[in-house]
Amino acid sequence: MIHVRGLTRSFGAVEAVRGVDVDVSEGEIVGFVGPNGAGKTTTLRMLTTLLRPTAGTAVVAGHDLFTDPAGVRRRIGYVSQNGTVGPFSEVGEELRLQARMYGMSRAEARERVSRLLSELDLEEAGTKLYAHLSGGQKRRVDIAMGLLHSPALLFLDEPTTGLDPQSRANLWDHVRRLREEAGMTVFLTTHYLEEADALCDRVLIIDHGRIVGSGTPAELKAAHGASTLDEVFLTVTGRELREGAAA
Amino acid sequence: MTALAALTGYYLRSAFKSKFAVVFGAVQPLFYLVLFGPLLARSGVGSWDTFVPGVLVQLGLMSSGLVGFGIVFDQRFGVLERLRVTPVARFTLLLGRVLKDAVMLLVQAGAVVVIGYGFGLRAPLAGVLLGLLLITVLSVGLASLSYAAALTIKPELFPALVSTAVIPLMLLSGALLPMSLAPTWLDVVSRFTPFRYAVEALRSLFAGSYASSVVLWGSLVTLGFVAVGCVVGTRVFQRENT
Repeated sequence: MIHVRGLTRSFGAVEAVRGVDVDVSEGEIVGFVGPNGAGKTTTLRMLTTLLRPTAGTAVVAGHDLFTDPAGVRRRIGYVSQNGTVGPFSEVGEELRLQARMYGMSRAEARERVSRLLSELDLEEAGTKLYAHLSGGQKRRVDIAMGLLHSPALLFLDEPTTGLDPQSRANLWDHVRRLREEAGMTVFLTTHYLEEADALCDRVLIIDHGRIVGSGTPAELKAAHGASTLDEVFLTVTGRELREGAAA
Repeated sequence: MTALAALTGYYLRSAFKSKFAVVFGAVQPLFYLVLFGPLLARSGVGSWDTFVPGVLVQLGLMSSGLVGFGIVFDQRFGVLERLRVTPVARFTLLLGRVLKDAVMLLVQAGAVVVIGYGFGLRAPLAGVLLGLLLITVLSVGLASLSYAAALTIKPELFPALVSTAVIPLMLLSGALLPMSLAPTWLDVVSRFTPFRYAVEALRSLFAGSYASSVVLWGSLVTLGFVAVGCVVGTRVFQRENT
């Protein structure tokens, strides 16, 4: 689903991502873990066609990132960490607009949006303003924005940051269901290692723009003689993730 | 096509939902029309037929020229990015907004003309309709450039910078008083601003002379301006990671 070699991006003299290789198979849930500033979001923005890589090759969802970005966009969903709807906009109307960006007719958009809202336990949210939703509901609306066209591959950037533990667990359930019911491949970034452990089949650890570790949570723990991913992270990068996140 | 229709409809609904925004965008030119127009008409320097065209260009600058302010919020709340990750062409994302702005300007300009007739405008209907077409086309270029500026300038500076920049552009266009009164240096400077040609073309249309060289030049300069505006606007919309 994702085949990337040597993906690189510099901003001026700063190399934010330095030659990243990523392979993700169909139906996998893969977590991309690292402190803030490690290059997670930059990598994600490249894979979703929002940023042009400086070097490397990439095939995403069957389309070449460089020669066919529109083909990539048709088959992926992307949920950024910054929200998707203005505070005083009506959620249902925004979702229907987004659906029409994928070529759906007005009737198809209406039908698709109401089905998606009910799948994500957001039945009452459709007629509400975004600002009037809870944090967990807002995140689910953001995710709905990325699901309208039933993408084969979904990118989630820090989907649970700022959520309470209950909303977080609820969101994990929704992500798992996407894979089970729709066979969707999910690529998500997080700086919660327990999230990566609980939700992801495979974890990639990125630090200073390079992949410094990868494997299933169990493999990573076994390889480093660790009992948690936090310990793995400490061994691999020489520091605590939380520390890195706060810095 | 689906996407363009959906975007334009969406933006129009949002714009007209708040009637305040439609009126507010035109409020400064309306002040000039109502509180300054009568003085000018009696001064012997100008008439309603020369003043209303000026107000229309002023309206274009003040209404379409400032639309970029709205996109700053879309950018901040992630709306722009969410649209940019769909297969819709960047140009379409820009065009949907700009078409809304053109419709909005046409409504506002129509109101200015109606009020103008109330005061004593005598322009022939054909000339007025052609004038409205010209000013609507001009607004497409203005709106595109406004969005480009809003996505380029620091958001906190945009309102101050752009609302300041439109004042000399408006004065240099001869919108308030004809540039035939200007000293040579001012006349020369004014010839470097595109809006002067639009004002003169509108005045000629309102005077009922449709085939004049002034109309030709006004139309050519306006079309050139719109082409530049759309190219710059599309470039900025295509730019990554704004």
